[in-house]
Amino acid sequence: MSPVVKTVNLVKIYQDGAVPVPAVRGVDLQVEPGEFVAIMGPSGSGKSTLVHMLGGLDARTSGEIWLDGKRVDTLSESAWALLRRKKIGFVFQFFNLVANMTVGDNVELPALLAGASPKVARERRESLLAALNLTDRADAAPAQLSGGEQQRVALARALANEPSLLLADEPTGNLDSRNTRDVLRLLSEVHKQGQTIVMVTHDARVASLADRLVSLFDGEIVDDGRIARRRTRTAGEVIDLR
Amino acid sequence: MRPHLLALLAKEPAHGYELKQALEQTFGSAYPSPNIGQIYVTLGRLEKDGLVRAVDVEQSNRPNKKVYYLTAKGRESLEAWVDEPTEGPRVRDEFFMKLVLAPLTGIADRMALISRQRRHYLSLMSDLNDLLSSTAPTDRVAMLLIEGAMLHLQADLDWLERCQEDLA
Repeated sequence: MSPVVKTVNLVKIYQDGAVPVPAVRGVDLQVEPGEFVAIMGPSGSGKSTLVHMLGGLDARTSGEIWLDGKRVDTLSESAWALLRRKKIGFVFQFFNLVANMTVGDNVELPALLAGASPKVARERRESLLAALNLTDRADAAPAQLSGGEQQRVALARALANEPSLLLADEPTGNLDSRNTRDVLRLLSEVHKQGQTIVMVTHDARVASLADRLVSLFDGEIVDDGRIARRRTRTAGEVIDLR
Repeated sequence: MRPHLLALLAKEPAHGYELKQALEQTFGSAYPSPNIGQIYVTLGRLEKDGLVRAVDVEQSNRPNKKVYYLTAKGRESLEAWVDEPTEGPRVRDEFFMKLVLAPLTGIADRMALISRQRRHYLSLMSDLNDLLSSTAPTDRVAMLLIEGAMLHLQADLDWLERCQEDLA
């Protein structure tokens, strides 16, 4: 099976007046189907830029991007838009829901845009809303929901087209701990069902759900490795009360 | 552990094993099960210092058991413990010492140390996640204890990032 994501010497240089500002400097990254990769690093290390480029929201300066075995960095903007509808789900720190559509329609729309039949799109909407305990909020407007509920809707929307790749940029950056827990639970469930996830986060709880950690510094990968699980530890080895 | 045992004894006299059970019940699943030997050693010291006293209680078919109770001096000591402000956590971080000193040795570079430590913290966090999900939500004390450990770990991770920005 080909990797879901592959980048080859990926570079992004922003132009600040006459000064070139390198944000991503030669990233080679490969993500296999079903992998959950967390991306961490100080602010300004290029994390968001990288993830935006993977979703075609930001154009690369040089290098290659491959999705599901197809080269995509050479696509036109409209071809990217089509590809995104079919293959990519996005969650951001701010939910970006469509304000004048109901919660349910916000979730259903991406499935329709991806080419699902109305019947399938409706089924998908209902199962996602149920999984996120949002069924009784389906007819509400996004503004009537709390921040945590809106983020759950955003996650449902991102998953509605059954994307090959879920991209997330600080999905819990704006949530309190209880809402973080809900988002955490769903991410962990969809990951178990085989969803491929690439996620930028500062939140150690969210990052610790990932299989693999990629650390960026100054636009380069400085570490790429698995997060060890022990599972045999008892409470006393984790928490120390004196 | 001294003041903890005094606090339990302020409620009612108890023998060593009852104190162990009381600690486990109060702090729930997140509490590292206290060592019974350590409890007896601590009780012995408290008795020597006059903070608790023991009476032998006869048991049929079994050796006598020692039931401990709080003395007036013990109560004073407990009150002093409750009233005094509790020290905040002090930064006494072995990793930070490594990070600062290692480059002098030429053995490891800071970037590699930081990267390895970051993954180690996430692996600890993953243990805490498991612990949290196996803890009943009704066990408030245990839940708060785990959340506290998570917040400390998040702070350690944020600090690691600051070290990376400034030192690496």
